[in-house]
Amino acid sequence: MSLPPLVEPAPELTVDEVRRYSRHLIIPDVGMDGQKRLKNAKVLCVGAGGLGSPALMYLAAAGVGTLGIIDFDVVDESNLQRQIIHGQSDIGRSKAESARSTVNEINPYVDVVVHDEALTTDNVMDIFAGYDLIVDGTDNFATRYMVNDAAVLLGKPYVWGSIYRFDGQASVFWSEHGPCYRCLYPEPPPPGMVPSCAEGGVLGVLCASIGSIQVNEAIKVITGIGEPLVGRLMIYDALEMTYRQVKVRKDPECPLCGKNPTITELIDYEAFCGAVSEEAADAVKDSTISATDLKAMMDRGEEFMLVDVREPNEYEIVNIPGAVLIPKGEFLNGNALSQLPQDKKVVIHCKSGGRSAEVLAVVKGAGFSDAVHVGGGVLAWAGQVDPSLPTY
Amino acid sequence: MRVTVNGEARELPDDATVASVVAQITSAARGVAVALNDEVVSRADWARTAVREADRVEILTAVQGG
Repeated sequence: MSLPPLVEPAPELTVDEVRRYSRHLIIPDVGMDGQKRLKNAKVLCVGAGGLGSPALMYLAAAGVGTLGIIDFDVVDESNLQRQIIHGQSDIGRSKAESARSTVNEINPYVDVVVHDEALTTDNVMDIFAGYDLIVDGTDNFATRYMVNDAAVLLGKPYVWGSIYRFDGQASVFWSEHGPCYRCLYPEPPPPGMVPSCAEGGVLGVLCASIGSIQVNEAIKVITGIGEPLVGRLMIYDALEMTYRQVKVRKDPECPLCGKNPTITELIDYEAFCGAVSEEAADAVKDSTISATDLKAMMDRGEEFMLVDVREPNEYEIVNIPGAVLIPKGEFLNGNALSQLPQDKKVVIHCKSGGRSAEVLAVVKGAGFSDAVHVGGGVLAWAGQVDPSLPTY
Repeated sequence: MRVTVNGEARELPDDATVASVVAQITSAARGVAVALNDEVVSRADWARTAVREADRVEILTAVQGG
């Protein structure tokens, strides 16, 4: 299904622009008309991280006239393995500002609009309203559903991509012409079920594989060429090196873009996606200790069993002395409960406190009522007790 | 009957539906999409969509990373 161009052409290209974009201009399908449409286009990239890095760099190089960058985060050393829009000297800098510098260096003819803030239900509609097309490069389900809902409510197309380890998915969601994200995934997985890249890792170059698909589709939608990825989901497997696609139809029962929508305005996305499950939230009440509390318990010689519920490769990177590794999955399937002592207190930790909260709910449910977890996990231990330890 | 689920051959009862295949694979139906012969089946249609001999079922999981 080909679609008409999203954006009207700019009146003209300057002599400098003609020189710069010559390799586009001599492709008959793009030509002067397509390049003028790119010049007139306003594209917002949500997130200047893994997907946002290559997306912004190629959108800038391609000559998209106005590029919006929204990110509230600062550049961390652990970003640099994949977030190639930032460099060593940008560590500690605002990601949005750092991204602006790189875009300016790639193409000074691009107008960059920096939104150095978090995208929230209070500002998303106003921010999106100023753009023709959105590129979604966020890293969490709550923001992804918010981006989708705002785009549908405003009638804007958006190019969606998501990544995890070696797997990526991409599509163009445009409710006017096809399905939305909710037609594909009506709701997110249960909290804690699907790890984020911070928990599970991601192959750096995967960002380029998916980010470049997103830019490819943005260019097609803006200029009206080719077959946009509307109504199709692209599935990339970097280990098998396969690209597959499945058809996605508009769901007539979709609560947002279906025949009888029940979602007619933005909702509470944190509640919809649940940062932690209700069971975990209940379990940690009055049962959370700090890293310094844990150190004090050790120094007093208290008897307890410290359980690390992360994965073996995470344990290898950094661990708390005396911790026994029993990954979360062993608790969820019930196998690990027999390894816990009946006569000693159980202290559970993970990387930052999310997984340990889930395990705490299971352990308390099994009768270990005095079990506690360490708020902030091994990261808090490294930050507050032993700064010589590496973090990840 | 034999069908392919996520690339692997599986023996399923003749009255299998998309919903029953999902239930076999994962306990959590949230955050999951199912493609039957390369076409996503809407959630509302899972229970009434029959799976037939030689069909290909693919269960996709939403990921959030970016």
